[in-house]
Amino acid sequence: MKRVFTAIPYLWLLGLFLVPFLIVLKISLSDAAIAIPPYMPTLDLSEGWAGLTSFLSELDMENFVFLTEDDLYWKAYLSSLKIAVLSTLLTLAVGLPIAYGMARAPEDWRPTLMMLVILPFWTSFLIRVYAWMGILSNEGLLNQLLISIGLISDPLVILNTNTAVYIGIVYTYLPFMILPIYASLERMDPSLLEAAEDLGCSRLTAFWIVTLPLARPGVIAGCFLVFIPAMGEFVIPSLLGGSSTLMIGKVLWEEFFSNRDWPVAGAVAIILLLILIVPIVLFQRQQAKAEAGH
Amino acid sequence: MSAEFAPWDEPDAVPLIKVENVTKRFGSFTAIDHIDIDIFPREFFALLGPSGCGKTTLMRMLAGFETPSEGRITIGGDDMAGVAPNKRPVNMMFQSYALFPHLSLWDNIAFGLKREGMEKDKIAARVEEMLKLVQLGKFAKRKPHQISGGQRQRVALARSLAKAPKLLLLDEPLGALDKKLRQETQFELMDIQERTGTTFVIVTHDQEEAMTVASRVAVMDHGKLIQVDTPQKIYEEPNSVYVADFIGDVNLVEGRATAVGEAAEFVWGEGQPSLVGMPGGGVQADRAATFAIRPEKIAISRDEPEARNRVHGKIIDIGYLGNLSTYHVQLPTGAMLTCEVGNRSRVARRDFTWEDEVWLSWTETAGMVLPS
Repeated sequence: MKRVFTAIPYLWLLGLFLVPFLIVLKISLSDAAIAIPPYMPTLDLSEGWAGLTSFLSELDMENFVFLTEDDLYWKAYLSSLKIAVLSTLLTLAVGLPIAYGMARAPEDWRPTLMMLVILPFWTSFLIRVYAWMGILSNEGLLNQLLISIGLISDPLVILNTNTAVYIGIVYTYLPFMILPIYASLERMDPSLLEAAEDLGCSRLTAFWIVTLPLARPGVIAGCFLVFIPAMGEFVIPSLLGGSSTLMIGKVLWEEFFSNRDWPVAGAVAIILLLILIVPIVLFQRQQAKAEAGH
Repeated sequence: MSAEFAPWDEPDAVPLIKVENVTKRFGSFTAIDHIDIDIFPREFFALLGPSGCGKTTLMRMLAGFETPSEGRITIGGDDMAGVAPNKRPVNMMFQSYALFPHLSLWDNIAFGLKREGMEKDKIAARVEEMLKLVQLGKFAKRKPHQISGGQRQRVALARSLAKAPKLLLLDEPLGALDKKLRQETQFELMDIQERTGTTFVIVTHDQEEAMTVASRVAVMDHGKLIQVDTPQKIYEEPNSVYVADFIGDVNLVEGRATAVGEAAEFVWGEGQPSLVGMPGGGVQADRAATFAIRPEKIAISRDEPEARNRVHGKIIDIGYLGNLSTYHVQLPTGAMLTCEVGNRSRVARRDFTWEDEVWLSWTETAGMVLPS
């Protein structure tokens, strides 16, 4: 019985991750074709062993080579990486003070504050992104406000720029940053700060040398939770970003739906996965280390 | 020690800490109610009381984590008003120990020294000295979660002593330890206090702990000081029924004081002979009073003794505690008195048993007559 339960997560991963991954990998090694499905070869088991060998012999790395030849792809990867890293840092800059404030708030307020952080999830993600379009556009709420209080005379162009993408990512992923940091700060014994003060620290130094190191596991977890989805983000750059916003998620979408080049789209996805596996492995290691530490 | 350590009896002695008419209110709640205390250098001073009596608040005001609503606290002659915790010549050992979990024991102890900007080799020497003091040299590189509770307690002590504070505050320092370890650690604490010559102020709700370690004990209740005295005086000459009852076991008998002079006469119960004890707490003649007598001061005998104070009763219950036995004796008035007898001989030779008629007696100076 116990074996069945321990097998569930493995079966889950096998069926919903490993098998689809192998399918995508196979597609990425195929050639585009005007057919259904739009790639070849397809495995024909009726021909037996000969069919399998001829199938395997037709697979090649052509699409991966192609990705290195056209500079669109590596530029898109780099640009995605830049946007993901920068927006992760921005989210951290916004999320850390909020998490800190929540952890220092009176105990009976904390569930409410936590609720407020999670509350945006109750509205559809798409609606919230559309709302940002309404706020950031030239005739949007933000520009109307700034013009009405006389801060600016001409509307700021924010929508359809990278700035709007950063705003969108920071807004959307903020809870994923706040919650793990809050969890690690809330566990902290408040007498640690009093002890630091008692031993000669000012409150500010105590924050740097006691609070922050203790919040580190939460900060790292939050950064990964923001960085990983931001890297492959598609909806936010396509709705809020402009024509100059280059992100790999968008490239992937275009290869798949506009060009109907499944093999190249597959290769793009495989490379993206490899790029993300590095931080995921680092993250896992850090978690394991934190576990061993406690 | 040649002369007994009792600076509080010397008129010229200068106190290290002066708490003058200090009151602390939290909203409408008065945690500390007009308290005055002088604590002298090298004292081991205990603040004792039940939870919520204000002892922790008083300690936190000495550390600087709370500010008095009224009154003044001076340490070494300096007024502490407006002085932040990190600027006071005071260190505190926290009840939870508050060891920094991300730092090794070595770095925990060095923490305060580094903040002072001490030179590196001096820090190293001081940390080694502290580790040696608490016998944890081998564990310097470990993190707090890798050592036992007793060892953590010692690290916390070493860390708070590292900066050689004039005054060390200890908030229930032994509360998290089991009984046996606690008793060992009490003597270790006293030893370290004596060796370092630091003034210790300890907060505890454990009267045995306070009595064991302290040079003087302040018994607190509801934000007020009830009695400040040496453990011996607190035990033998309590100034109130509250203190007599809080410290150790005591028999309390309600009645009236009839004559108060060198000794006090006390009448109670119909047909019962009067009792004589030491007057205490400003007891007055012809007022309701309570007679307090410790169980171990009562002698038990089958024949009527010669003693001034004697009562006759029947043994209702016997408690055997190993080193001593307690007899619960019911008097004709229905009152119960407990007397304790050391078990010098084996149980088989015990003289009394259930339902025996016995006499209880004690000397004229054994009991106290206190205002009710």
